[in-house]
Amino acid sequence: MKEKLQSIREQAIADIENSANLETLNEVRMSILGKKGELSAVLKGMKDVAPEDRPKVGQWVNETKEAIESALDEKKKMLEEEKLRLRYESEKIDVTMPAEQRAHGNLHPITQVRNQLTDIFGSMGFEVYEGAEIETDYYNFTALNTPQDHPARDMQDTFYLSPEFLLRTQTSAGQIHVMEAKKPPIKVISPGKVFRSDDDATHSPMFTQMEGLVVDEGITLCDLKGMLDEFVQEIFGKGTTTRLRPSYFPFTEPSVEVDVSCFQCGGKGCKLCKGTGWIEVLGAGMVNKKVLEGCNIDTDVYSGFAFGIGVERIAMLKYGINNIKLLFESDLRVLKQIDD
Amino acid sequence: MLAPLSWLKEYVDIDVTPKELEEKLFSCGFEVEELIEVGKDVSNVVVGQVESCEPIPETHLNVCQVNAGEHGTFQICCGADNVRAGGKFPLALIGATVYATAKDHVTIEGVMKIKKGKLRGYESFGMLCSGTELGLSEDLYPGAGYNGLLVLPEDAPVGADVKPILGMDDWIFDIAITANRPDCQSIYGIAREVAAVLGKECREPALDYTETDVERIPFSVCVDAPDICPRYIAHYVYDVEIKESPAWMKRRLALVGCSSISNVVDITNYVLKELGQPMHAFDNNYLEQDRIQVRRANNGEKIVTLDEKEFTLNESNLVICDGVKPVALAGIMGGLNSEIKDDTTEVMFESAKFARDNIRKSSRALGQASDSSARYAKGVDEYTTVMAMKRALHLIEELGCGKVSKTHVDINTGNSIEPHEMKVSVSRVNGVLGITVPTEEMTRILTALQFAPVIDGDELTIRIPAYREDMESYPDVAEEVIRMYGYDHVIPTFMPSAKVTMGGLNLRQKSELKIKRALCGAGAYEAIHYSFFSPSDLDLLRLPEDAKERHAIQLMNPINVDLSLMRTTLASEMIYAIGRNQKKGNLEGRLFELGNIFIPKDLPLTEYPDERETLCVGVFGEKESFFTLKGLAETVADTLDVTFTYEPVTKTFLHPYQTAAVFCEGLEVGYLGKLSYEIQDELDMRMPAYIMELDLRVLSQWYGKEQVFQPLPKYEEEKRDFAFVVDKNITCAQIENGIREACSYVTNVHLFDVYEGKQLAENKKSMAFSVVFTPREEEFTNELVEGFVAKILKNLDKKLGVTLRA
Repeated sequence: MKEKLQSIREQAIADIENSANLETLNEVRMSILGKKGELSAVLKGMKDVAPEDRPKVGQWVNETKEAIESALDEKKKMLEEEKLRLRYESEKIDVTMPAEQRAHGNLHPITQVRNQLTDIFGSMGFEVYEGAEIETDYYNFTALNTPQDHPARDMQDTFYLSPEFLLRTQTSAGQIHVMEAKKPPIKVISPGKVFRSDDDATHSPMFTQMEGLVVDEGITLCDLKGMLDEFVQEIFGKGTTTRLRPSYFPFTEPSVEVDVSCFQCGGKGCKLCKGTGWIEVLGAGMVNKKVLEGCNIDTDVYSGFAFGIGVERIAMLKYGINNIKLLFESDLRVLKQIDD
Repeated sequence: MLAPLSWLKEYVDIDVTPKELEEKLFSCGFEVEELIEVGKDVSNVVVGQVESCEPIPETHLNVCQVNAGEHGTFQICCGADNVRAGGKFPLALIGATVYATAKDHVTIEGVMKIKKGKLRGYESFGMLCSGTELGLSEDLYPGAGYNGLLVLPEDAPVGADVKPILGMDDWIFDIAITANRPDCQSIYGIAREVAAVLGKECREPALDYTETDVERIPFSVCVDAPDICPRYIAHYVYDVEIKESPAWMKRRLALVGCSSISNVVDITNYVLKELGQPMHAFDNNYLEQDRIQVRRANNGEKIVTLDEKEFTLNESNLVICDGVKPVALAGIMGGLNSEIKDDTTEVMFESAKFARDNIRKSSRALGQASDSSARYAKGVDEYTTVMAMKRALHLIEELGCGKVSKTHVDINTGNSIEPHEMKVSVSRVNGVLGITVPTEEMTRILTALQFAPVIDGDELTIRIPAYREDMESYPDVAEEVIRMYGYDHVIPTFMPSAKVTMGGLNLRQKSELKIKRALCGAGAYEAIHYSFFSPSDLDLLRLPEDAKERHAIQLMNPINVDLSLMRTTLASEMIYAIGRNQKKGNLEGRLFELGNIFIPKDLPLTEYPDERETLCVGVFGEKESFFTLKGLAETVADTLDVTFTYEPVTKTFLHPYQTAAVFCEGLEVGYLGKLSYEIQDELDMRMPAYIMELDLRVLSQWYGKEQVFQPLPKYEEEKRDFAFVVDKNITCAQIENGIREACSYVTNVHLFDVYEGKQLAENKKSMAFSVVFTPREEEFTNELVEGFVAKILKNLDKKLGVTLRA
């Protein structure tokens, strides 16, 4: 009996060893441990064994079974590992091949800058008012302290649609609508398209401005400076500083040009800032007393400041776009480059 | 505005470098756009005295020994006809830079560096120079125009740099003058600012003259249009001798880009540059009836100006007339008929103030401009009008070119030329700025600006010179103070006294941004096109004559016809953009634009037109189809949480059978479709394109729609698939409606297959739908669902003749 079990065991181990795959291994298992398997046959023959020998024989059988099962498990584990390895191997790829992408588009660079501006000023408590592109002469000029004979009208080449209606030359036109509709406190930014009869590499007949207006009690030039300092750090990076210098706009008094320290060279002087260390980014000033009075705002109580930013200019500076026309040609090679 | 340093120094003792002055001017509001160094290209040219001069045989050349003082004595070969022993000429040493001239010795062809040379065997260690080679003209230095050597003065120190001797060590400031400071549109005006910023005195130009007893009688001036001519001063000058101006005047005029003509004409130009007051000189012999009349032109009246151009005038033009005819186009240009000529002996000088707007408009309308009209358009002040006449008469005397008569007429309906007093509160001035400027600083600054300030407690009294017409109230004072005190004194604060306000985008702005972002997510790139377009855009779209899109607002003064209409559709520019992309090799892509179209209520405009926010989407490429574009429409619908329906429609620029109108809750909101082959061919597009336009104004009513949570179904949903056989002209939407209206438990209908072919009759197609039924109050039984199915089939059969496929 012992010999027989020994032989079964040896044969089984050999068969297990020789199994090349899981299917063969399973057949081996069935041929030994299955209902009709050799070991099962031995177990069935236990009834012929003398009762006193049964524990001993039983122990032999169990030992044999355990040894075979252990060999089977071991082999199975090995074969499974091998199978997985082969599967992995068969799925080898060239990871340097191009990615499969679900292409996403982009917002226009101008919209991206507009969004940044509205985010910054929105968080400072500014509402966003978008006025009409077609304005009257009154709102675009006269109410902004630029009457018919004013020389500042020469500063801007205006597209007229009729003697009364024109394409707004500045988003400042929105100031008056806001101040007519709303009493202080007023904090509004007004982004939008504006139009001037100018067409060359740095000028486009349509471009985008963003006007800002604050009217409240006790607003001063220092507040304008403080707000601009915050703004330029948000948009051009921490450490950016501003410089105010006298200028002139009919609807502000005093008026200033605002330069920022060059964010490319940090003010040392480079190509971008033409060696000056400063870049002109916007015009601003204290809202002209006459403009406030024209909107029935009591200048004994209220004062305000206004500023106007060229959005294309910011976009071109930030992204290094060299020709304003590129922004309006919808060339996908351009639009794809500026990711939101 | 050009201001030579040497000229400014006539009025102010400038003791800073040109660069420092540039910075000072910049800080107080005068940006120097360019600081021009007059002799910048010329270097190492010294006074050389020719000691000997021997002709080189058989040439026009001379070999000279030239003494250059401390630099040594050099052998120079020279071909100029005026070289002579003993003469002093500019000597360019080895290594010097001067202008290279063409063979004609006149045309400048760049800058050259002097090297040792050899001519006809004679070595030459430098070059004797002409005026042209030093960049000088006859006006800039007498004799510089001679085609030969420039002769230096006898007393020029040998070996000295020629630049100071020839006035080439000068600087010219090209200054940007803001529109509120017309008083600075002159050298003297700038000098006043220079004096203020340097804390120096400003000397007034000499204005004195002596009138003779001669009087022209009768002589009269009348101003018929005082509204546009508030001041007119005429003065009669006789015994005039027309000749050249002195060198100093010619030089100054040349430095500011004005060529010398004759003494009398030069005086008018000189006064214009110096004081900023345009002047005119009439030849009095040609003024008929001893009379000057300032009036609006008669319609159709003609004048020939100095440059021999004829203009036909109308009532909006102002003219100066004698007793008979127009003799000048006021403020713009004099008439040819009364021009100063070499034989002029009597002159009527004019110094006047004309309304800036009138001159600007006339100049534009007539297409005629001059230094005078440009100056008038910026605004002149009466103070200067009066001063200028005095200055001109002084110069007449100084130059000895005529005698100043007693005949002086001054018609004045304008402003006083005396300073006017203004009282403001010191605290309000400081209140604008947000800082407290020390009283002594405020006094110092306002004194320097000639405002004669007196501060008494909080009351500041100033006397404003009449040329400062821009000074109106305390903010103007604040500006004057801070620009001189320095903007670096402004300390940043963050609106400590302001109230808290809510900021950010409103619902419409947020919704539009949401739509844009959703489209970006679907692979589309945002485009921005001009708000104006071309009449040919409308032709591209094959729009009929009576199409509403052709009812577009026209620009009165477009840059060109291609930018002459306010757009009434975004489609055409989108189509062009797709065409451009394909030309550049971008053969697939998705673009969208969100912008306004402009719908006039009437033409020409009498009220604000309707600016309608519109969304246009354009897709192109092999992989795109009607249905991929429709997918983008659905993206918009999903973003707004609305349902779009579609019905076939035709558009003149789209495929007749691949175009749909888009509806939202029964309202038409736009269209989408495939671009017609005609347009695709016209624009040479290799790839098909698909265009959609949606009216966001209509869709905006669904912006911010409340999101309502639907509880998950309590009971299991039932799904059934059906394959129908239908007539080919039956649409998906018809069947879907047929299913939905037959059973209220249907929550989803989805077409998943369409088959046409041999297994079906020729006019039939098979459409396979999957339908979801969602139970509400209780679980479905099989019988119940079968009942629903039966109702659906019956309805479809009855309405559309639809049967189940066997």
